[in-house]
Amino acid sequence: MKESLIYGKKKVVTGNHAVSYGVLLSKAEVIAAYPITPQTQIVELLSEFCASGLLKAKFIKVESEHSAMAACVGAAAAGCRTFTATSAHGLALMHEMLHWAVGGRLPIVLANVNRAMGPGWSVWTDQNDSLSQRDVGFVQFYCESNQEVLDTTIQAFKIAETCLIPVMLVLDAFVLSHTSEPVDIPYQDDVNKFLPPYKPKYFLDINDPRAFGGLTSPDHYYEIRYKIEEAHRKALKVSEEVDNDFYQIFGRKYGLVEAYHCEDAKLILVTSGTITGTARQVIDEERSKGKRVGLLKIRLFRPSPFSQIKEILTKAEKVAVIDRNISFGHSGIFCQEIKSILYNEIRRPMIFGFVIGLGGRDVIPEDIREIIDFTYKADYPQEMVYFRGLRI
Amino acid sequence: MRWKFANNSEEYMDQGHLACPGCGGAYAMRLALKALGKNTIVVIPACCWSIIDGPFPLHSLKVPVYHTAFETAAVVASGIRASLDIKGKTDIEVLAFAGDGGTLDIGIQALSAACERNDKIIYACYDNEAYMNTGIQRSSATPYGAWTTTTPRENFKKERKKNISEIIAAHRIPYVATASIGFPDDLIIKFKKAKEVKGTAFIHIFAPCPTGWRMAPELMITISQLAVDCKVFPLYEVFDGVKYVINYQPKNIPVKEYLKLQGRFSHLTEKEIEIIQREVDYNWEILIKKVKLYD
Repeated sequence: MKESLIYGKKKVVTGNHAVSYGVLLSKAEVIAAYPITPQTQIVELLSEFCASGLLKAKFIKVESEHSAMAACVGAAAAGCRTFTATSAHGLALMHEMLHWAVGGRLPIVLANVNRAMGPGWSVWTDQNDSLSQRDVGFVQFYCESNQEVLDTTIQAFKIAETCLIPVMLVLDAFVLSHTSEPVDIPYQDDVNKFLPPYKPKYFLDINDPRAFGGLTSPDHYYEIRYKIEEAHRKALKVSEEVDNDFYQIFGRKYGLVEAYHCEDAKLILVTSGTITGTARQVIDEERSKGKRVGLLKIRLFRPSPFSQIKEILTKAEKVAVIDRNISFGHSGIFCQEIKSILYNEIRRPMIFGFVIGLGGRDVIPEDIREIIDFTYKADYPQEMVYFRGLRI
Repeated sequence: MRWKFANNSEEYMDQGHLACPGCGGAYAMRLALKALGKNTIVVIPACCWSIIDGPFPLHSLKVPVYHTAFETAAVVASGIRASLDIKGKTDIEVLAFAGDGGTLDIGIQALSAACERNDKIIYACYDNEAYMNTGIQRSSATPYGAWTTTTPRENFKKERKKNISEIIAAHRIPYVATASIGFPDDLIIKFKKAKEVKGTAFIHIFAPCPTGWRMAPELMITISQLAVDCKVFPLYEVFDGVKYVINYQPKNIPVKEYLKLQGRFSHLTEKEIEIIQREVDYNWEILIKKVKLYD
């Protein structure tokens, strides 16, 4: 592939390939991955980049996702910029090593294509795979478009390396991963300005021989965990700065959350991932009919952008949280999060939770309209969670 | 006895480590690092060495150590290797140093994959024939007849020990060797050879655990020599998965002499000892045939 055909062009690419281009531009040095639908195209294109010499990286073809993350852990500990990608069962298998990446303070970037967990086997989208990893300590971004996927990939390396915390960017299976959209591929020089080479302060150095990750007594462990929490708090600030810096060079920014027509909204929908795009369209329609509805897109899930969420949602009377995931025996996970963030506010909206579109069932504008109508009419959420479109 | 290599003054393991008295694993590391030297990065999965190295912020090796999860020694070593290669640091060796559980059981998948890719790492398994760090539970390296806390005497282990060197040799990696801490110079020579190999090297080290074997710590070297002389643990090399070379001719001592020093075998009857003797003799015959196959 000729360089002149890539950089600085508007190309029509899938969400998966948007990740690959992001990793190419970020000059990852070690990539380790294992095939899983619907992620595989990310690493297929990356192996082409490596084979052609366009990307000067070592690609380790591992035998499992557990090993993919373990290889990244080793490579990052030795001081390289590292990347892996996975989905669903692959992410679940990685779980142990996700902890290792966080505890080891390794700035690994992971792209997860949201895919529903089996059984029964599903390759279609929902968020239970990535949300099941909520508490490991990865930063998590949920993307709405292929351009956002590419841009977030580049931003992810900068955030990870600034805060020494791994970052997961998440995109919906098929709706983004296999759907082509026009995407601006930045110039390499511009990305170089934004993201200089990774120069780790701590790495496996034969001239300064130290042990990493050894036996840690209760005298030290607590403080080390606290520092991870500190890194997350820093990541909140850094993510915003990085987004602003990105805007200065590339003219695009996304925010940690995005408020769409929320200023005077009585009802605000809360969404993440590609449902946001569908909801945007419905909000426009409802607005044209005079309904005061707005939309809050959660882009950064961890660390949680508390203050922005509070500021926007406390102005509304009602909030409808749309979750493409479920915590069985409770409710949608974004809904729980929003409730916990708002609980201590004196003025807080009524919060309705909707679980929808599990296992990749289409979420269409009609669904969103129904949710808006239902929430408008209801006085109080009688249920912890409402299901829409159940065929039982 | 004065050893040519083992007694040299080069030391990369400090005093103050946390090994039990008479620990074969501790001595194995000390010898391995004498062979490999300063330009070495060590990867340690969950095993006795997770403890022996010492608690944060201390550690007992003069080389960098990466402690990792139980099943990941080989692949973390591969990741480090890739990182060093991309940075042009090809003069640094990566040594994965794992116990038998981390190698024969939970870590075999990642190890097999590293061998299949023929990554330039040295993988050493210090084999004390059970999960000693968790308190002496049977592993697939525990031999027939042994007591462990999960194979009580009235129901001692009935299965034979998994032959890891054969499994790894079947990957046709350039270098596989067995070694015993009772033959320190031989062990050091093998690590020096492993360093020169273009690809994966695997060294299976007989490393007794007096605590788990119910044995006096001062017998650590004796038992490591007896294991070889009784043909329980022959010293050999396999080049490219096919060329077998026996490095030491055993003295043909009956296996009973080896078993009787260890409390973990004290319940065995003459009949069971006979079964072990036959198995040991049979394994030796097979080994001889393999050596001849390539000659």
